[in-house]
This record gives sequence, C-alpha cells and structure tokens, in this order.
Amino acid sequence: MTKHRLFWPAAILAALLLANVAFTPDFFAVRIKDGHLYGSLIDILHFGAPLILVALGMTLVIATGGIDLSVGSTVAIAGALACLYISRSAEPGSTGTVLTAVGLALLVALVLGGVNGFLVSKVGVQPIIATLILMVAGRGVAQLVTDGQIITVTSDPFQLIGGGYWLTVPFAVVLAAVMVLLTALLTRSTALGMLLESVGGNPVASRLVGIRAQRLIALVYVFSAVCAAVAGLMISSNVSAADGNNAGLWIELDAILAVVIGGTSLVGGRFSLGGTVLGALVIQTLATTIYTIGVPPETTLVFKAVVVIVVCLVQSPKFRAKLANRRRSGAGRGSRSESAAPANLEVGR
Amino acid sequence: MNATLTRRLREHIPLLVTALLLVTMFSVGSVSYEGFFSGQVLLNLLIDNAFLLVVAVGMTFVILAGGIDLSVGAVVALSTMVSASLVEHHHWPILAVVPLVLAIGAGAGWVMGWVIHTFEIQPFIVTLAGMFLARGLCYTISVESISITDSSYTTMAQARIPLPGGVFLSPSAVIAVLVVAVAFVLLHHTRWGRNVHALGGSEQSALLMGLPVARTKIGVYAVSGFCSALGGVLLTFYMLSGYGLHAVGLELDAIAAVVIGGTLLTGGTGYVLGTVLGVLVLGLIQTVISFQGTLSSWWTRIVIGALLFVFIVLQRLTALRRRS
Repeated sequence: MTKHRLFWPAAILAALLLANVAFTPDFFAVRIKDGHLYGSLIDILHFGAPLILVALGMTLVIATGGIDLSVGSTVAIAGALACLYISRSAEPGSTGTVLTAVGLALLVALVLGGVNGFLVSKVGVQPIIATLILMVAGRGVAQLVTDGQIITVTSDPFQLIGGGYWLTVPFAVVLAAVMVLLTALLTRSTALGMLLESVGGNPVASRLVGIRAQRLIALVYVFSAVCAAVAGLMISSNVSAADGNNAGLWIELDAILAVVIGGTSLVGGRFSLGGTVLGALVIQTLATTIYTIGVPPETTLVFKAVVVIVVCLVQSPKFRAKLANRRRSGAGRGSRSESAAPANLEVGR
Repeated sequence: MNATLTRRLREHIPLLVTALLLVTMFSVGSVSYEGFFSGQVLLNLLIDNAFLLVVAVGMTFVILAGGIDLSVGAVVALSTMVSASLVEHHHWPILAVVPLVLAIGAGAGWVMGWVIHTFEIQPFIVTLAGMFLARGLCYTISVESISITDSSYTTMAQARIPLPGGVFLSPSAVIAVLVVAVAFVLLHHTRWGRNVHALGGSEQSALLMGLPVARTKIGVYAVSGFCSALGGVLLTFYMLSGYGLHAVGLELDAIAAVVIGGTLLTGGTGYVLGTVLGVLVLGLIQTVISFQGTLSSWWTRIVIGALLFVFIVLQRLTALRRRS
C-alpha cells in the first residue's frame, strides 16, 4: 500500500489531523449553526480553498517542467481590481456589478498569464526568471491599483465568493472543488494530461512527434494565472477588502510546497492533482495546528522549511541511491557510486 | 569592422545598454531636478545601496555558475536579527558579533551548496527552503524589531569619510567597493574564477575536463551566503535595527541587478562590474522617484520589473542571434 503515490501525503495529513485531537479533543466535531457547517475541519477546507486553487494551477505548470512565481502577485492584482471596480460603482450590491468585477479580474489574469506563457514558450526564458518579472512588478501594479490603500467593499454578492455559504457548505470550498473536478476531467479523461506530461518529460521529442508544445506551455501559464485570480477574489472577498501589499504574499511558495508534498516531481513530466489537493490541505492543517498549540504563527516558516527539505530529499534519486547503498554495504561505510554521476546530469540546459 | 570585433561588441550589447541607460537617467535627472547633478547624489547611490551591492556581487557568483540563490534576503534579515539581539540583549562587542554573523552566513551557504550538489536537488528549491528557515529563525529570536543603541554601531552608522571636492562616503560604501574589487580579482583573474565560468557554461563539460565541480559549486553558494551576511551587517549599520521583515524581496533586486549588469541567467558569461552598474541603475530609479516626489514608491517595483523584462528579452535575442 505504501507504494501508492497518494499514500505518503495522505499519511502525513492523517497524522497531522490526529495530532490535533491531542490538543483539541473536539477537533473532528462538525456542528450545524445558523444553517452553516461549523468546525475545525470545515475551517481548514474553507481557508485552504485559495491555496488549493493556486496549487492546482501550479501543478499543471510544474507538470510541463516549469514554475510560476507570479501567482502571489496575480492574487493581489485580481483582488485589487475587483474591489476597486465594486467600490467605484454606483450599485456595489448588485449581482451585475460583481459579475463584471469578476470578469474584469479574470480578463486581466488571462493577459498576465499570457505574458508569462509568451516569455516561456516563445522567447524561451527560464520559467523561474520569466515569472519573476511579474512577481516583482505585480505587487507594484496591485499597489498602484489600490493607490497604496486597503480598499474595503460592502457587497453581499461579492462576499459570497469567499465568505458565503451554499447549501450549508462554504461557497469557496464548492468553487475550489468544482475547479479541481473540471481540471481532473479535462486532463485525465482527454489526452490533455498525457500531452502535458509528455511536454514536461521531453519538450523537443514532444514537438517532433507533432505535439504543439509551445501552445500547451503557454496554456498552462494562462490557466495558472486564472486559478490565482479566482483565489485572489476569494481572499479579498473573505475579508471584504483588497490589500495590494499583503494579499497572497508567499502563496507561491506554499503552492509549490503543496505540489511537491503531493508527489509531483519538480522536474516535470508527471503530476497528481489528488496529491496536490492533499498537499494543500497538509499545509493548511499545519498552519492551523501551529495556531492551536500556541506556537507563534511566524515560526510556521521553520516547519515549512523542514518539510520542504525532507520532501525534496526523499524525492531525490541521489539521496535514495545513497540510502540504499548504505543499507547494502553495511552501516557507516558509504561506498558512493560516483561513476554513475555523469549519467544523472541534466542534459538539455 | 572585422568579424571578431563585431562579435565581441555584440557580446557586450547588454552591458553597453546598461551604461547608456545609467548616463541617460542621470542626465535627464540633472536637467529635470534642481540639485540632482552633484557628486554627492552619485556617491549617495553607493552609500544607500552598499548592502544591495554586496549581496548582488555574491549573487553574481551563483548565477555565473548556473545556479540561483533565493535565500539572500532572508539571510540578510537573519544577520540583522542576530547582530541586534547579541549586541542589545547580550552586550557582545561588535568585533565578536560581526565575525560570527559572517561565519553563519558562509556556513548556511555552504550547507545549501552541499545539499544542492550532493543530492542533485534544484538550487531554487533548496535556497527556497533556506529562505523559509532563515526568516523563521528571525522570528524565533524576536517577532518585534530590535533597535540598536550600542555606541560602536551608531559610530559606524554616522561615520563619514571625506573625499576631495567636499563629498563623502560611509564606511559601508568603502567596504562594498572593497568587496567588488576582491570579487573582480577572484572571478576574472584566478583559476577558481575560471572554474566558476566553466561550470556555468556547461557542468558536464566541466566535469569531463576534470575541474573540481563539487568544490566550485559549493563554493559559490558559500560566497553568496558570506556576501549576504556581510550585506546584513552593512544593513544593520544603515538601519540600526534587527527585524525579521528587513530586506523582503531583496533577492529579486539582487537578481535584477545581476541581469541588468549583463550576466547571462543561464550562467557562463558575466561581469562583476556589470553588477555594479546594475545596482547603480536600481538605485538611480529610486533617487529619481524620490526627487519626483509625486511618483509613489511602488513605481520602483514596476520599473524594475519592466527593466528586467527588457533585459531578459535582450539577452535571449542576442543569444539566439549568436547561435544562428
């Protein structure tokens, strides 16, 4: 059973959840109050929804061997634009206004994702660097949109997106679930997922067999930006305000972490949406746990760092080989197989 | 013009563009704003950006070797935090604090380099973890900002070194210039520097040629860690405080300075003096924005982003043309 690729993320999540029961005995209790579901588990899903979305987009980007550092800025820009539009309009409470604001945010996300996609696929810039540009400039743009202020909005339809409930369930959770399911259907019931993995595995070979690699690569960056924009809408809706400086800060790192915990290799060529969702929930649960046991929330970063290092070491073929070697040749005597090193080197740089 | 001359000229296009940009920005600033055209404004660029210059020089080594170091900003913050806490809460003398901080920085870089090399994990993910760790450690020391009142630190902060012509430099700026000089010699006039270039050009070739790949690769991260810690020390002199949120986003500024300075992001080609130009361009953007007054500070980020975009596309275009 440990061979199943979702085993480890699921085991970590289960362990974390169980650890919480030690501190808060009624951790698993879910009650219905005012027709809404209440409880720690619901909270984890609710507050984790934006991260799940951002990580969803990140998964497909990483599947093609790329990375998108600009999602945090996209979150901030989308939230800022929507809040600005709603606060300026004559009827901030009307559904039409909110739909226009949402449309506006998604449209801008299409453009931002398009720029990333263009730089990576057409110009051929390394993904870290191409998306770094928007990461740097994006916060400035978000600040420019909000004029450096925190824009607060009072609009019931807008509040629904991140803070509202639908059939007793937080609407954000429904939205995230729908997007995950749609993506899963699109990538696993059609050839799209396989094509993405093929491009991530070997872009040149994929092009030679007739896959439009460039177009696919551009597409995943656009998708990632749209996911980030929806997450941005959720975050700003949940607090009914847009903060250009702090909205979505460091979410790109959390998203990458979620993807990695979920078992998707950073090298590309393989991905697991289920793993990503589990990974995002692990991170959200970790944050909740740290809150409940009373450790200063700022130290979450140390825990995350340890998780990143452990997960990456476990994923590293070199590390596994060394462990296996050590076990075989008896403890202590590390007979390194240096001869294998050149074969493992990255070829297409 | 003969072929080699045009080829060499083309290799230097990004650097020439940066120099031209610097001159243009300074001239436009001088024409537009009163008091802009002075030696002191130029030297202030160096004084205000001494820490960024030192960090960016360290980043130049890493990028030249084909890697990336995202932990620099966090290591800077950790250095300010460790310094402030030791000086203020434990009353350590400055002469004990600074070497310790530098050792921590170099050690952290060494460990990250070792992990990157030994387990073949991508540099950006390892240094990302380093970034988390360093920022998290800042908060375990203190969540609040610690201000420094120690006399040796305030002396360093206020000291002015007069130069001919009625202008002055700060000790930090002098240290930064010294770091640039040492880095220049190391990278362009030693065997180790050549190994760094070779490693960035092609790791596989470097390995096949028998160059000490492991030592070189781990070394550049140690250098970057050392430079970040030194940058942190200089920032402590500048800010007179330690804070976990100091230098947020500094890694991006450093990468931007290196790229604008003409160093290829893929590694193998680059110039320490280009990085100096890059830092000066970034500093000048900030100066222009502060002289303008009405332009808000977030324009700095937008302009830096736009510049990065232009220079990266420029790099790709020149690289593509060279290949064909």
